[in-house]
Amino acid sequence: MPMNTRRLLRGIGIVCALGLGATACGSDEGGSSQKQVSAENIQAALKKGGTLTVWAWEPTLKQVVADFEKKYPAVDVKVANVGTNSDAYTALSNAISAKKGVPDVAQIEYYALGQYALTKGLDDLAPYGADKLAGTYSPGPWNSVTSGKAVYALPMDAGPMAMFYNKKVFDKHKVKVPATWDEYVEAARALQKADPKVYIANDTGDAGMATSMLWQAGSRPYTVDGTKVKIDFSDAGARKYTETWQKLLDEKLLAPVTGWTDAWYKGLGDGSLATLTTGAWMPANFTTGVKNASGDWRAAPLPQWTAGDKASAENGGSALALPALGKNKELAYAFTEFANAGEGVQARIKGGAFPATTADLQSDAFQNAEFPYFGGQKANKIFAESAANVADDWSYLPYQVYANSIFNNTAGKAYISKTTLAQGLKSWQDASVKYGTEQGFTVEK
Amino acid sequence: MSSPATTASPASLPARPPAGTSGSAPRLRTPRTKRHSPGRPRRSVLLTVLTGLVVLYALVPLLWLVISTTKTQEGLAGSFGLWFDGDFALWDNISTTFTYNDGVFTRWLLNTLMYVGLGAGGATFLAVLGGYALAKFAFPGKRAVFAVVIGAVAVPGTALAVPTFLMFSKMGLTDTPWAVIIPSLISPFGLYLMWVFATEAIPTELMEAARIDGAGEVRTFFQVGLPLLAPGMVTVLLFTMVATWNNYFLPLIMLKDPDWYPLTLGLNSWNAQAATAGGEPVFNLVITGSLITILPLIAAFLLLQKYWQSGLAAGSVKE
Amino acid sequence: MTTPQPPATAERSPARPSAKRDRRSWTGWGFIGPFAAVFALVFLAPIGYSVYLSLFRDQLIGGTTFVGLDNYQQALQDDQFWASLGRVSAFLAVQVPVMLLIALFVALALDSGRLYGKDFFRISIFLPYAVPAVVATLMWGFMYGSQFGLVGDINDALGVSLPDPLSTELVLASIGNIVTWEFVGYNMLIFYSALRVIPHSLYEAAEIDGAGQFRIVTAIKLPAIRGALVIATIFSIIGSFQLFNEPVILRDLARNAITTDYTPNFYTYSLSFDGQQHNYSATVAIVMGLITMVIAYVVQLRGMRKGA
Repeated sequence: MPMNTRRLLRGIGIVCALGLGATACGSDEGGSSQKQVSAENIQAALKKGGTLTVWAWEPTLKQVVADFEKKYPAVDVKVANVGTNSDAYTALSNAISAKKGVPDVAQIEYYALGQYALTKGLDDLAPYGADKLAGTYSPGPWNSVTSGKAVYALPMDAGPMAMFYNKKVFDKHKVKVPATWDEYVEAARALQKADPKVYIANDTGDAGMATSMLWQAGSRPYTVDGTKVKIDFSDAGARKYTETWQKLLDEKLLAPVTGWTDAWYKGLGDGSLATLTTGAWMPANFTTGVKNASGDWRAAPLPQWTAGDKASAENGGSALALPALGKNKELAYAFTEFANAGEGVQARIKGGAFPATTADLQSDAFQNAEFPYFGGQKANKIFAESAANVADDWSYLPYQVYANSIFNNTAGKAYISKTTLAQGLKSWQDASVKYGTEQGFTVEK
Repeated sequence: MSSPATTASPASLPARPPAGTSGSAPRLRTPRTKRHSPGRPRRSVLLTVLTGLVVLYALVPLLWLVISTTKTQEGLAGSFGLWFDGDFALWDNISTTFTYNDGVFTRWLLNTLMYVGLGAGGATFLAVLGGYALAKFAFPGKRAVFAVVIGAVAVPGTALAVPTFLMFSKMGLTDTPWAVIIPSLISPFGLYLMWVFATEAIPTELMEAARIDGAGEVRTFFQVGLPLLAPGMVTVLLFTMVATWNNYFLPLIMLKDPDWYPLTLGLNSWNAQAATAGGEPVFNLVITGSLITILPLIAAFLLLQKYWQSGLAAGSVKE
Repeated sequence: MTTPQPPATAERSPARPSAKRDRRSWTGWGFIGPFAAVFALVFLAPIGYSVYLSLFRDQLIGGTTFVGLDNYQQALQDDQFWASLGRVSAFLAVQVPVMLLIALFVALALDSGRLYGKDFFRISIFLPYAVPAVVATLMWGFMYGSQFGLVGDINDALGVSLPDPLSTELVLASIGNIVTWEFVGYNMLIFYSALRVIPHSLYEAAEIDGAGQFRIVTAIKLPAIRGALVIATIFSIIGSFQLFNEPVILRDLARNAITTDYTPNFYTYSLSFDGQQHNYSATVAIVMGLITMVIAYVVQLRGMRKGA
């Protein structure tokens, strides 16, 4: 595992040493020049109280805030949903550019953290004591938020992947639930044959999904070493993915329905979309968004590239970070820890969130929880196993937000024209290389 | 042929615009009854059907909206869009819209009303003042004004958003209602309409008369100009109202505190929550909320349309 | 005669003694001052700032450097920019005439007094203009959906297979349809109210001379509302060149067919918001603004010449 986030963040130190960043460089080699903040300081701050601004879209935080304010009555937490993912990053970037109105705590998805860490937009949480939480989280999410000794955020939720499938549809057409991707293609054909209205899944090209698929297939397209970046979508893992997916595309076995739209919810409800491979946070969305299909769906491990394997990947998931220009640092950290490592975690699990904390993942109560929606299935066992099997050497680009925004301009062509997925990924690669070069990265193709 | 009655009572809005000075009396506001006096034209079924097609085109998507407000979130996804579902959930949807998230919808509605009141009202007032100046005064740089306005409007606004944000941020305006209201104060189309309208509607002689009577410029404007401009003002008000009501992009960038959101931004946040982990899809509330948002605009249209014809018309027709 | 250029009419006013004009020159600014001040704040200052920004380059690694006109040079050679401009030009050439003709037809029909239920027609056609963008997304998502939407339902019910409105080939037309839907009513009202104030003595005279309805339309009505037509055209041109909301809305449903550089305005948006390339985004916007200005100016000149 040559490349990982550790290397990425060590690179940040190099940028700072050269004095290139516009903002001051606080930390070096993951070590921190920030002042240590003792637990006593934090307790004192909590007692003194104040107002805390949190930018987040995570719905379960509402309960956490209520609990937190109850425990620390002097603190007033204001949660603002400033938009979901890319809207939120726009808002955060704008506020940082203006050096004004920056929130004290911000929700950032794992794939987007690199950019803010690189540009020194976030505080290192290690001096607050976050480094001691290393064992608290499962390796995938923890790796995504750390760099050497520096901790740039605390994981809020995780998205170890699983395959959700509509059991009723599989039973009705007597199709075997796939355990490998080859079987998945077979099942797709069988379902289409049995009923042309039934698709194995929807896919109109989604950067997050594609990178997760590559991750599981063992591909490591992004190699990041400080300001040196390498992008390559032609390794063996990528080929496995593109070859299999090309079959699904060529035979029109994927429904051209975009995720999270009204039509998509409809498809999940009426049996026309037979599976959904996504992060383990999905059950909450099933329960609230696809009520009419309650009992139809089940969870299963992600199909494998080699029969008998247990490879998995993360899809989605986000963390809470402290923007460097935010205020009330002690309070901000106290809230972040409360929400993501302390009592808040239980409240959030109750609200349907999928935790990143090992203790909760391993607890009997969690593992034995029955999901009425999934016909009483103890689905968390599958999710927890997936979480443990996520390869932790994956790395995103330090400008993944931009790269993802152009995925459909480039790789998306594979979904609507004769361009193959491999060619599509190549043009995604070229466009990402071009941007990286323009932004001053040393990009190796 | 001046209209002393109008000058004397500026309060009697809407004033009938004077017919101008040259005696072409019915130019601005032709009484409907006088149309085609020698016999009303025959109604044409063919023409009605053809126009009906355009109406159908306009209304079918709206029919979807209206029908959809009667459906539950599940029914929305699970039934044919242009017909009713089993449950009639309209009342339920309406009450949930107003109570969801601790009744924040009402807050958004009030915010929007405030933005429209101050933004559209202010935009109309500025356009009236500006149009009056362009129409009735000679001043240096006057020729350049409209060229500059059109030129500025031609620059794509999305690229200006970040510079505007940074400026407003330095001025401490972001995340306050002012960040929404101040940009809404400018309506280039409104300025244009008021310019042409004022040129037509206010006889210069009337202004001269007021000045001879010793009225200052401000008083002349309020007592002579403003009453005569009322129909044009209403026109501009309607356009700026719709624009402010549906304003989305700028509030999105400027506002972070949901307590200041206008309806469009609020509804969009409800819409977006369907796409987040653990978020509850509430398309039914988004749709119901949208219908509720449109209703005040329809009411305004119906209320103001009688002023409309004379207002816009003066902006485009001269003999 | 009708002209879209107010200064021409303003200058008809009799010349005034120069002393008075001086006094007025300040008075005039007094009245337009508030508009000018706010306009300077929300339009001119950001544009000025953008011009300044366009001379720099800001990199994630390397910070900000002065690059002179490099960004402009890059913009002029930027295939993505020119492709997007080509797209909106094609859009402009087809959608604007269609929209304005429908609007004109409806306005003439309403004005003719030959319609049943005129008031209902007028407000119905105007209504789409009041629909917020969020709703339009959901609505057109349903209308255009070939899987679960209306198109899909029609295909199933009639056993036909209509082309997918969201395919690469058709999506520009689908966007045109939405824009037309939204703005027919808006333009119709501009035309309609222009028609309402034509002195009817003109029609009567024409009828006495034996002119038919069609002749009245072409000889009297259309020339009389030329000013409205030119204004509507100029604002539609600016609107087309700034096409943004509709492709953004539809992109949720056709994200491969509608790229983030689909229109110039979309391109500047994604440069600025996705790519944090504020400097280059500002450059493209300024180039685009200049092009739009030139075209709007030419149309205005032509309209004026014909109208004069």
